[in-house]
Amino acid sequence: MAGVMADFGNFTHAVVRAIPSSLAKEALRMNVSDVDLEKARREHEVYVGVLKQKLGLEVIELPADESLPDCVFVEDAAVVCGDTALITRPGAESRRKETAAIRQTLKELGLNIVDMSDETATLDGGDVLFTGREFFVGLSKRTNQRGAEILADAFKDYAVSTVPVTDGLHLKSFCSMGGPGLIVIGSSEPAQKALKIMQQMSDHRYDKLTVPDDIAANTIYMNLPGKGHVLLHCTPEEFPESAKVFEKLKDHMLMPVSNMEKVKVDGALTCCSVLINMKAKV
Amino acid sequence: MTTEVGSETEVKKEPEKAEEQPAEPEPPATNQTDEVKAVEAAEQSNESPALATDSAEAKENQEAAQPADNATGPEGEEPPASPPASEKKGISRFLPPWLKKQKSQSAVGPKESQVTPKEEGGVVLVKEEGEKAEQAEAEQTSSTTAAEPQVDEEQVNGEAEPEQKEEVNSEEPAENHSTGSAETQPAKEEKASEKSQEKSAAEEEKKETEKGGEEKKDQEENLKPEGGRYFIKSPLKLTKKVKMVMCHVTILDGSQFPCEVEKRAKGQYLFFKVCEALNLLEKDYFGLSYKDNADQTCWLDPTKEIKRQICNTSWQLAFNVKFYPPDPAQLTEDITRYLLCLQLRQDIASGRLPCSFVTHSLLGSYSLQAELGDHDPDEQRLDYISDFQFAPSQTKEMEEKVVELHKTHRGMTPAQADTQFLENAKKLSMYGVDLHHAKDSEGVDIMLGVCANGLLIYKDRLRINRFAWPKILKISYKRSNFYIKIRPGETEQFESTVGFKLPNHRSAKRVWKVCVENHTFFRLMTPEAPTKAKFLTLGSKFRYSGRTQAQTRQASTLIDRPAPYFERTSSKRISRSLDGAPVINVIDAQDSAPTSVGNGREPCLELSSDSSKSGKLRVQGENIYVRHSNLMLEDLDKTQEDVLKHQASTSELKRSFMEATPETRPSQWEKRLTASPATSLRLQAQGRSPPPTTQEPLPDLTVDTVSKPPVVKTEMVTISDTFAAQKTEITTKEVPIVHTETKTITYEAAQLDGSGDGEPGILMTAQTITSESLCTTTTTHITKTLKGGLSETRIEKRIVITGDSDIDHDQALAQAIKEAKEQHPDMSVTRVVVHKETELADEGED
Repeated sequence: MAGVMADFGNFTHAVVRAIPSSLAKEALRMNVSDVDLEKARREHEVYVGVLKQKLGLEVIELPADESLPDCVFVEDAAVVCGDTALITRPGAESRRKETAAIRQTLKELGLNIVDMSDETATLDGGDVLFTGREFFVGLSKRTNQRGAEILADAFKDYAVSTVPVTDGLHLKSFCSMGGPGLIVIGSSEPAQKALKIMQQMSDHRYDKLTVPDDIAANTIYMNLPGKGHVLLHCTPEEFPESAKVFEKLKDHMLMPVSNMEKVKVDGALTCCSVLINMKAKV
Repeated sequence: MTTEVGSETEVKKEPEKAEEQPAEPEPPATNQTDEVKAVEAAEQSNESPALATDSAEAKENQEAAQPADNATGPEGEEPPASPPASEKKGISRFLPPWLKKQKSQSAVGPKESQVTPKEEGGVVLVKEEGEKAEQAEAEQTSSTTAAEPQVDEEQVNGEAEPEQKEEVNSEEPAENHSTGSAETQPAKEEKASEKSQEKSAAEEEKKETEKGGEEKKDQEENLKPEGGRYFIKSPLKLTKKVKMVMCHVTILDGSQFPCEVEKRAKGQYLFFKVCEALNLLEKDYFGLSYKDNADQTCWLDPTKEIKRQICNTSWQLAFNVKFYPPDPAQLTEDITRYLLCLQLRQDIASGRLPCSFVTHSLLGSYSLQAELGDHDPDEQRLDYISDFQFAPSQTKEMEEKVVELHKTHRGMTPAQADTQFLENAKKLSMYGVDLHHAKDSEGVDIMLGVCANGLLIYKDRLRINRFAWPKILKISYKRSNFYIKIRPGETEQFESTVGFKLPNHRSAKRVWKVCVENHTFFRLMTPEAPTKAKFLTLGSKFRYSGRTQAQTRQASTLIDRPAPYFERTSSKRISRSLDGAPVINVIDAQDSAPTSVGNGREPCLELSSDSSKSGKLRVQGENIYVRHSNLMLEDLDKTQEDVLKHQASTSELKRSFMEATPETRPSQWEKRLTASPATSLRLQAQGRSPPPTTQEPLPDLTVDTVSKPPVVKTEMVTISDTFAAQKTEITTKEVPIVHTETKTITYEAAQLDGSGDGEPGILMTAQTITSESLCTTTTTHITKTLKGGLSETRIEKRIVITGDSDIDHDQALAQAIKEAKEQHPDMSVTRVVVHKETELADEGED
């Protein structure tokens, strides 16, 4: 029996989605860049392989939808916490339909589905940082106050604080959880500012791990039975300085995962999966 | 009223002021015991009502006043208005309340036994504070004979003692006294006339509260005849009439507790009555609430008359949790947890405490387990379950889930189920948050949430801002506006003030009061805190008069009664009164002395010093000023040094409640300690190091003691800093580490059996000295008491060492002991408490 707020980082399932060919040309991106589709697909395969083989998660792989160039970034379509899944209303018009397949999958897994039916609300999962004790929701280009309110309503046990995201795409474009109570944060000024706001808003204290590169601060933390603390993070090839910082985490099983291509369309590590703990289901 | 009791310490210091003192309702908390604080005390004494007279006179007054107090808050184990300030320094603080009571009783003489239940801190205090043995003795004699004030209850019962020669009236009690006595049963008309009389008289009385019993007696005598009644009063007996009012208090299980109180009774009187009926000792977390004219829920001020607060004709109140303990596991008694559970069930059912479906189900299942025991597959059908309310709106689905979960709790005792319930409930984000509607400066609807950590600002369900207590320099209200002044950030030059618009003046004041109370209760923790740490000055007459959480925790460690039996009433089903609670009247109260409240007198003494609190809280105008201090530094934007300081403060804060940890077993300790003529040295070493650490007991360090068997075995705690190096680098300098691991080891010297539960002795002097260096804070309490002709000096030294992992605890402790021995070669070390707090990095948690 999982109590309230137990098992942070303990996941059993992951939902991922394949990369459509349309990603190379049509996926949204903040900076102009050319994506090598094949490279991106290989990258994604490795990513999925890590989740499946190395970490032993049950991975549900959804097929790509060519009409949805960004569909690989499943994180934005749903926020799962405990046994509840909030199906979002992505801020980018072109991505709204991505939620359908995710919703279906999560429903089949037996999660309680909460829909964001309010037409004025927008929320990208990438703006949602769950720390184990509370939520921070970035108010960004993609996420608005109303979206955050609906999230707060869906997860009533937790405090939900809003954090303005002035720079970057999402809140998690420059931060993530690196462990229970450990926030990995980029060193840019906007990132540091956001961290300060989070610290001020929280009743809990967080350690922080500052990495030189903002995007390298996006990591995936898990606490898996038999494996302990697991951290998926950037490779030394991408961000040598930041990778060095992670290497200092002696307690973690460190797993560098390359994300060189997907990052060109603003996809960070967390973006490519929705992690679920089915054991948490009471 | 209580004020008088509390002020005793000052009494000695500033006798002259006594008479000038305006009788304010303020709690005596302000009083300072420590000499260090003497100056302050002087100032305060001006403000605080009760100050004093010279010792002899003072004593009389005190005695007089105290019984009066009893009238209002009779059986509180702790005196209502927190007189504790000064008394707490005395040994008595180490005594469990009941113990003290017994002692005091025996000391004072037979008469007291009757009075017992009602006696509060009063008499004992006097004794403890007595400056000299002779005085004390004199006092004792006097108390037994002439000076002993009547206890209201006695009078009410018409049982006035023959020996009692003086009737002492102070403030309201005066009326009370007359109430019940058989002869004086007032007629209605009389009451009416008397009432007006009383009013004026009351005011007079207030001013003269501190005056000698004689004066009061006179007053009273005058009063009565004026009231239209004549009676012959023997010097021994006093008869009065009092208007009684029936209060109805809704208990947490939904039952009604009817209680007859004197019309002029103060809030605490009723509160203690309720606590007594509930058999509740850890009462500081609770309070009585009522609805004001605008149907807003307000807290009954214990120090004020009920009738001045409740406007409606029916005295309808509710007993509620006022301060939600952040960690209910630290509560000492199951009964307290049970009551907290009841409150939370209410909060949940009413929607005040929002939860998810799963949490509703989970909490509901624990409630079932607590109420019904193991799931019985045969008996429990769903319709049975639907009598319980688990959520504001509960579905069949939820009920099924509850039952399903209930099955998994098999074998859990009710107390365990309650504990589980609380462990989950406490994590809810709105746990203990008191919400108030407001608008921000732009007129947007928001909610202000006052809680243990500070002030939260919500817009709809979103937290849009948070001001931790350390961030707040000042809170104030003006008309319908509520303001907080914010400490400037590191880069900012100036303080900023944030204003909120409340619906009206009353609500602004209400928020302000709640803030004052929560800040005091949760933020001001250790009585031993250095005086300079005072960072609050507040202004309206209002301030929190009870114990702080730290104090109540400390006091709770002294509870050693067997777990009281209490009956659980299912969440919503049954509505009946607890213990078949009859209308409680004075007689009942008197009969029911023993456990709960019987502890009468010294309870207040248990807390070391309210003084520190009072030092921090000064009333002036309607503002709280929070001065800068290291304690308040928030950790954002910090240098390493700041972090250290911050950690120091954190550990300081944590230390206080660590004393309540079960491992410490302080109650045994303290009890024996008290009795021992030896000197106790209390060493507290604290260290912190970032990463997970291991604690290994090291070879014992034995300190040979000068006298008796007092041998202190010391066990050392070491911190292995294997991980420290690497971790520290990572965990950056700016963010203090979240998790802490704490360990407390207590060693005591064997105590003398003979003196085991001896008298508390007379407190002669008490002082606190605090010195601080970069990473150590040393607080020394020196109390001198006189006991059975022997004078005993007890020095309690508390050393807080803060620093990185490289502190050599063994050395620190050895050094401390060595120093103590050098400084006081003629004393022996009787007790060593090592308390270690270690910060844990990101190691598992939740």
